[in-house]
Amino acid sequence: MAKHHIEATVNGDDVEFLCETEETLLDVLRDTLHLTGSKEGCASGDCGACSVMLDGRLVCSCLVLGCEVSGRRVETIEGMAKGESLHPLQQQFLEHAALQCGICTPGFIVAGKALLERNPNPTETEIRYWLAGNLCRCTGYDKIVSAVKDAAVAMRKG
Amino acid sequence: MRYEAPKSLQGAVALLAGATGETRVLAGGTDLLVQMRADVVDPDLIVDIKKIPETRAITEDRGGWRIGAAVTGAELKEHPRLKQAWPGVVEAANLIGSTQVQGRATLGGNLCNGSPAADSVPALIAAGALATLAGPDGARDLPVEDVMLGPRKLALRRGEIVVSFWLPPRPPRSSDAYLRFIPRTEMDIAVVGAGVSLTLDNAGTISAARVSLGAVAPKVLLVPEAAHAIVGTRLDVAAQQRLEAAARAACRPIDDKRGTTEFRVDVAAVLTRRAALIALDRARTS
Amino acid sequence: MAENGTNGPSGTNGGYVGTRTIRPDGLDKVTGRARFGADYNLPGQLIGRVLRSPHPHARIVRIDTSKAEALPGVKAVITRDDFADQSSEFIPAGEMLMNYKDVVRNVMAREKALYEGHAVAAVAATSAAIARRALKLIDVTYEVLPHVIDVVEAMRPDAPLLHDDLFTAGVEPKPEKPSNIAKRIEIVLGDIEAGFKKADVIVEREFKTAAVHQGYIEPHAALASVSEDGSTELWCCTQGHFIVRAHCARLLGLDIAKIRVTASEIGGGFGGKTVVYLEPLAIALSRKAKRPVKMVMSREEVFKSSGPTSGATVKVKMGATKDGKFVAGFAELKYQAGAFQGSPVQPGVMCAYAPYDMENVKVIGYDVVSNRPKVAAYRAPGAPISEYAVESVVDEIAKKLGLDPIELRMMNAAREGTKAAYGPKFGPIGLEETLNSIKKTEHWNTPLRKWQGRGVASGFWFNIGGETCASLTINEDGTVSLMVGTPDIGGLRAALTNIAADELGIPYEKVRPIIGDTGSLGFTFLTGGSRSAFSGSMAIVEAAKQIKAELCARACKLWEAKPDQVEFSNGAVRPLGELAEKIKPMTIADFAKVAGKTGGPIGGYGRINAQGAGPSLGTHLVDLEVDPETGRVTILRYTVAQDAGKALHPAYVEGQFQGGAVQGIGWALNEEYIYGADGKLQNAGFLDYRMPVASDVPMIDAIVVEVANPKHPYGVRGVGETPIVPPLGAIANAMEAATGIRFTELPMSPPKVLKALKERSAGGMGAISRPPL
Repeated sequence: MAKHHIEATVNGDDVEFLCETEETLLDVLRDTLHLTGSKEGCASGDCGACSVMLDGRLVCSCLVLGCEVSGRRVETIEGMAKGESLHPLQQQFLEHAALQCGICTPGFIVAGKALLERNPNPTETEIRYWLAGNLCRCTGYDKIVSAVKDAAVAMRKG
Repeated sequence: MRYEAPKSLQGAVALLAGATGETRVLAGGTDLLVQMRADVVDPDLIVDIKKIPETRAITEDRGGWRIGAAVTGAELKEHPRLKQAWPGVVEAANLIGSTQVQGRATLGGNLCNGSPAADSVPALIAAGALATLAGPDGARDLPVEDVMLGPRKLALRRGEIVVSFWLPPRPPRSSDAYLRFIPRTEMDIAVVGAGVSLTLDNAGTISAARVSLGAVAPKVLLVPEAAHAIVGTRLDVAAQQRLEAAARAACRPIDDKRGTTEFRVDVAAVLTRRAALIALDRARTS
Repeated sequence: MAENGTNGPSGTNGGYVGTRTIRPDGLDKVTGRARFGADYNLPGQLIGRVLRSPHPHARIVRIDTSKAEALPGVKAVITRDDFADQSSEFIPAGEMLMNYKDVVRNVMAREKALYEGHAVAAVAATSAAIARRALKLIDVTYEVLPHVIDVVEAMRPDAPLLHDDLFTAGVEPKPEKPSNIAKRIEIVLGDIEAGFKKADVIVEREFKTAAVHQGYIEPHAALASVSEDGSTELWCCTQGHFIVRAHCARLLGLDIAKIRVTASEIGGGFGGKTVVYLEPLAIALSRKAKRPVKMVMSREEVFKSSGPTSGATVKVKMGATKDGKFVAGFAELKYQAGAFQGSPVQPGVMCAYAPYDMENVKVIGYDVVSNRPKVAAYRAPGAPISEYAVESVVDEIAKKLGLDPIELRMMNAAREGTKAAYGPKFGPIGLEETLNSIKKTEHWNTPLRKWQGRGVASGFWFNIGGETCASLTINEDGTVSLMVGTPDIGGLRAALTNIAADELGIPYEKVRPIIGDTGSLGFTFLTGGSRSAFSGSMAIVEAAKQIKAELCARACKLWEAKPDQVEFSNGAVRPLGELAEKIKPMTIADFAKVAGKTGGPIGGYGRINAQGAGPSLGTHLVDLEVDPETGRVTILRYTVAQDAGKALHPAYVEGQFQGGAVQGIGWALNEEYIYGADGKLQNAGFLDYRMPVASDVPMIDAIVVEVANPKHPYGVRGVGETPIVPPLGAIANAMEAATGIRFTELPMSPPKVLKALKERSAGGMGAISRPPL
């Protein structure tokens, strides 16, 4: 069977790609579009390292087929910083030392952005439950929670 | 592996009915994609039902609510009024996986995955929900408790899909609740799940109830004995004890990596009581 | 030459050590640009996949690869026949030992498959789909053998035997029959029989812990490219690319110089990436296919085929006088090694009583093989298990004697001059300081409610040094390139840049650190043993010393000065005395401009075997709550105090404390390898291997105690491993406080907790009251 020809928007850019049915959006992002910021930690939706936004909705890109994104809008970690300026979450992750190895970081930042867009002033508990699908084995989550809180403050100040 | 995303029910049914080889319906994909990656299934045809309008809508219908089988958990949560009528159903759907999974996971997929531990199913059964099916012979409704026959085994006929769920009208002073037990706070499969829906009369006595248990038998159970134990009571301590006993008696769990038989029975009793108390509290204030 | 040995205030020049600088590699990690193991690709690369044994124990009668080889798109298939056998030789791997005879069998099964997931063959094909299809075409004939999973069962004389040439070492006379007990070890200090006679209270308990995985989020990945003459390039995620190079050279019969290994950014290791799995396979496949080969493990493969750490059975018997002095300690440890010998029982034995000043100690350890994946190092390998058992018994002694558990530990704490049971006399160590810090916290003094409990436990880890290189190169514009050979897993580059900037007296931003490949530096031992910041900083001090000496020498030539007329301080060579009136100081940038005219490029190269790693001790405090109706445990509050010697970068030191504590919480409460009667792992995924998620844990308060290590120029001690040692004991002790039950089996998962509560209730020790809803 021929590959699917898909047109979609990734980080605001029009993209076209070919994919097999069984290829996931994560496979397409990493192997075809060479956007390797989204990571594969489990391929089963249990670690969140592949988190992306699909039409404004936070999803695990390992749980979406590439052929499902036809005509849709995908946003990845690579599209978070605008030109020279980092997203406040990126800045706060750096300042709080909220990453150690950094493999989970793109997923946390994408997921954190989705939270702050819906809830500009989340409590610690809300942050923790929202991010429960993002595994981090290095930090114990402490500095990640602090970074998200402070990013929320920074974003509220504008 | 073929992928089709029909835009109509007829189209989906025709594809499924006419398919040769292994076929899978794709809603949220949160189970299907994992099974494909693990080589558990290797379908020849995938039919994505998300482009079919009937599967994607939440509408008021005959005094109740109709929820498309491919509506996501996140969409259920964000619906302005559904949560007031059926808080237990919404909270159950929202316990499936992470925020990310909520962006994809659906009630239809949760039911049709055929797992006795599916979180939304006990809540739907307690709610008295009907599943509306479409197939080559037309549409039909089945009570949700009759859809699943056993692990990975459904009552669906060849070519049939679950289109939507219908939640019946809510009398005053009614509410529901769903609780599940997992070792962590998130991200686990239910070791036990308990859904309770009830209605109070003017005096605050339970006039109707439905109780459902997940992960304690080969399929999600409707437990009429548990409902009988509390109907006509105000859920006093004696009624709670009868409720627990009925829940225990209904359990036929297995020992597995997620919990022992003994543990599941004990916790099923506890969760049923706790869920009933929450539903009662909600019904009083609804 | 005089040197500026002190640090100025935090600011532009100097004083970075001890401050929370932004990590130099951070931008790439928050933008997705950083390249981890699976992010490397080469033109023309093939995809490699591994065929793994479905049986926990089976003789491999025959492997027929002909059908797979005939599949279009398959470019190479390898099996045991592609690796020469190795003689028995033990070599250091992290803090453990390994044997090439076993390593060659672990990377590719030879006579037998010894665990479910053991590699049996591998293919390289033009796509992942073809590689997967090819695996299904490899026909392996197995003769299935009886298996053994449990450590105690594996020790029985009639247990299925994994290796018929394995005879227990360390026993006299040498056994005549082979067994699954690879080794017996023993350490003795004083006379425990005499000690127990002096005891007013003796507590004896047996404990059991489950095998747990390091749980790094990044699966193992390797990309190899071998040319016709055997020149090999390898990119992989590893804690030690020099070690990978050594192993691959040995296993593939290549000259070390022909292999160049580049460590990618690494997505967590915790000890689990100190050994090789895919790397030699990728090289062998690439050598055969003459094309680059990329291999990445699935999560299931990570769980089934890479090293967890041991599960164990531990007996502890301790005696104390009525006023609390520990007079004797005995322990017997039986550790799972997995399919090949080499569990971390040795450090387990050595650490068991290390936090305490005791005259009479005897610890016996057994290294036991069974049909599980070969264990790999995991953060303070072996220590959490034995110290959990001892800390539980210490808590019980405190209860029996009615003593405060912190006071009891304080009374018996090892301190400077204490002779450890495992040999050395301690220099300055910080256990008492951590106990004091915990005692002073508001946390320690906050009241608790019913079904809540508070626990405290201490922990010890040695830390290591070892072979380390670091280079500092002054670039033409006066900026500095810093290169080390230890992969950075948790902020190492930030910590080392702090040191380099301070040593040279230049702004932090002017130093750019990189992790050099194996061709760029001399042999550098791996990131492990809490050694990378400790020994890397020592090598940088050495390299900086060379640069300062060189600059001073060049200044002497330029200024026609004598060596005692110049000094290096604050980023410049400064003329002293009367010379200072005539000549302006020359900064590093000034020298860089005239480097060509004054003797050529300027650089320093620290090549050291770092000695004097100081142990780090810590004390953890935890509050938790038990749901008496379901056995579910919630961690309410957590405080860590640990001795860092000197925190080069406090935020990353705290991060080690916090991360280790949460890994320990997972180990204590929910993580475990669950096997079926068929000897197969049932929970090889993140869904059922239950590592803590963000909503499972509270904020982790971190108190950095600094008792300087006199053997390090800045006083540094390794900090990475100790934090995982105390949590198991602290949580078990808190569980006892909450429930009155001493839990002796990990994990303390809800079914176990509820069962214990019910049994106590049935035993007439009082009904369990229901909490208010």
